[in-house]
Amino acid sequence: MSLVADIASLRQGRRRKRRMGLAALAAALMAGIALTLAVGQSVTPPLTVMATLLGVDTGGDAFTIRVLRLPRAVISALAGACFGMGGVTFQTLLRNPLASPDIIGISSGASAAAVFCIVMLHLSGTIVSVVAVAAGLGVALLIYLLAWKGGAAGARLILVGIGISAMLQSFTAYLLTQAPSWSLQQALRWMTGSVNGAELGQALPLLLALGIFGSVLLALRRDLETLAMGDDMAAGLGVPIGLVRIGVVVAAVGLVAFATAAAGPVAFVAFLSGPVAARLLRRNGSLLMPAALTGAVLVVTADFAGQVLLPARYPVGIVTGVLGAPFLVLLIARDNRSGGSL
Amino acid sequence: MVHAPAPLMPRRVLGARRLAFAAILLGLLGIAMLLSLGLGSRVTGWADLGAALSGEVETMGEATVASRVPRTALAALAGAALGLAGAVMQGVTRNPLADPGILGVNAGAALAVVTGLATLGLASAQAYIWLAILGATGAAIAVYAIASVGGGGATPLKLALAGAALTAALASLTTAIVLPRGDIAGLVQSWLVGGVGGATWDRIVPVLPFLGTGALLSLATARKLNMLALGDETASALGESLWRVRILAAAGAVTLCGAATAACGPIAFVGLVVPHLCRLLLGVDYRWILPASAVSGAVLLVLADVAGRLLARPAELDVGIVTAFLGAPVFIWIVRARRVSAL
Repeated sequence: MSLVADIASLRQGRRRKRRMGLAALAAALMAGIALTLAVGQSVTPPLTVMATLLGVDTGGDAFTIRVLRLPRAVISALAGACFGMGGVTFQTLLRNPLASPDIIGISSGASAAAVFCIVMLHLSGTIVSVVAVAAGLGVALLIYLLAWKGGAAGARLILVGIGISAMLQSFTAYLLTQAPSWSLQQALRWMTGSVNGAELGQALPLLLALGIFGSVLLALRRDLETLAMGDDMAAGLGVPIGLVRIGVVVAAVGLVAFATAAAGPVAFVAFLSGPVAARLLRRNGSLLMPAALTGAVLVVTADFAGQVLLPARYPVGIVTGVLGAPFLVLLIARDNRSGGSL
Repeated sequence: MVHAPAPLMPRRVLGARRLAFAAILLGLLGIAMLLSLGLGSRVTGWADLGAALSGEVETMGEATVASRVPRTALAALAGAALGLAGAVMQGVTRNPLADPGILGVNAGAALAVVTGLATLGLASAQAYIWLAILGATGAAIAVYAIASVGGGGATPLKLALAGAALTAALASLTTAIVLPRGDIAGLVQSWLVGGVGGATWDRIVPVLPFLGTGALLSLATARKLNMLALGDETASALGESLWRVRILAAAGAVTLCGAATAACGPIAFVGLVVPHLCRLLLGVDYRWILPASAVSGAVLLVLADVAGRLLARPAELDVGIVTAFLGAPVFIWIVRARRVSAL
């Protein structure tokens, strides 16, 4: 066989593998959602679930599924996808798997603002989410400005973010000590991330964010990958660095802030999705979609585990936080050894 | 080498400057402690102060001052411990950003204490401290190990990231333990902010031996830390066993952090800010930096506690949040002041 044909078949094989990987992730997501819909405090037969979703009135089951389980599954999946996509964007841009928005302070900005609204201003509902999104964007901007010194170097950005994040976390912890016990539960959601009490109404802003910011990121994905090779290389290859970076950062922060507003800062999802997706697909093409799917799968399954599989009922953020710890160690150990960035 | 070189000045000038600085620091500590005794939601007069310190507790004012004595003592002790621990950690890791809060050491101590509270019940103050030191040790080893795998060793960036990530993971575990336990949630929540508010002598006395041991261990390594600062190769060439120095110094720092955290909860940034200030004023000799960091740490924490009482009168801000808001800007300033290649 000729060399050209060899390469062509190799590429085809890679594409096929990538498609299979994506299909497997999508299947896992569907399975997770199906489980969430069918199993809770009680188990509903699959046929009843289908019928309820198609609009048949099934009495008590209809309430359980439409009001309790469906919003939970939908919000989990959407928020997870936002976290995954936003996280992998940061990791690629800053060339460091640890530089995810939950570690460098963007989620903690959103959650500090939300807790402040709930505890100090006694607000609730949509306005809290709006403030959380605004604060996430504001903190990202602040970090960027503070790290600016004739150009924002990745390392400085990360470290400034860690400093800001430590300050905000201590502020949030203080606010929680001021919280009356009735709002403590609600405020705790903003510390750890949870989809308890999710409503279908929250899905629309998430869907819009995913649609708008997600398509911006997908449109810029080639430039983003070129940028990951280094600024000089990217400039040499004709990428408008400044514009691309601003567009990418705003879109990624937007995704994370909206997801945080809906579900709280679900620990480590933004951080884990990219690397997990990279392992599953063996660095084969853009990681944006795989990471989004991985994030959705992570949140849906972790929420299911927290609700049903564990002895006490834990919010999803606790489950992902605890799961994340060993993976984190593994990841740093492996990546540092190979010197790879993701 | 990571630390900025000391400004060159004649030995005698430096010596005089150091003595003057030591005198000023001790004076500042005295003033800070007097302020801490006198100020709060009720301001007391000099007469009350004098009377209460000589043991009279009859009027309201005197009682107020008397109740402020243990908290002032705790703030000074914890501040000294954290300042000293921070200086040692910066020396051992040769890293300007090392701080027990940033590196996750306090979070490790907190997790261990909360686990103990939830599973063993609050057995005794002694058990509490041992747990905290155990947790601090575990976290310190984990962070250092994570950050030093791979090329380049434990750079400031890798250490800080590993610390932040580990803190996040440990915090989730802590919350996971607390959430199903409504009975201890309030207690843990207020402890986790870091404060010296409810200090009593019963809480302070058991910590003292640990603080003493940690301080002795740390101070004993000062000369060796100077050699370590010259770089691994030079230090080995001078005949130092690097690992023994590191382990001894780190053991001292971790004991100090664990004991301080057990007494007043995780307090961040004191250990970061203070050594930098001392290095700026005193040069790079750890035999001076270590004791100066201890005293300055005490001054800082006592003053932060006073500020917390005055800012939110008649309520009070916990000292942990005051130091976080003071320390984060300093942290950012340190990051900005360095070249990227040094990070």
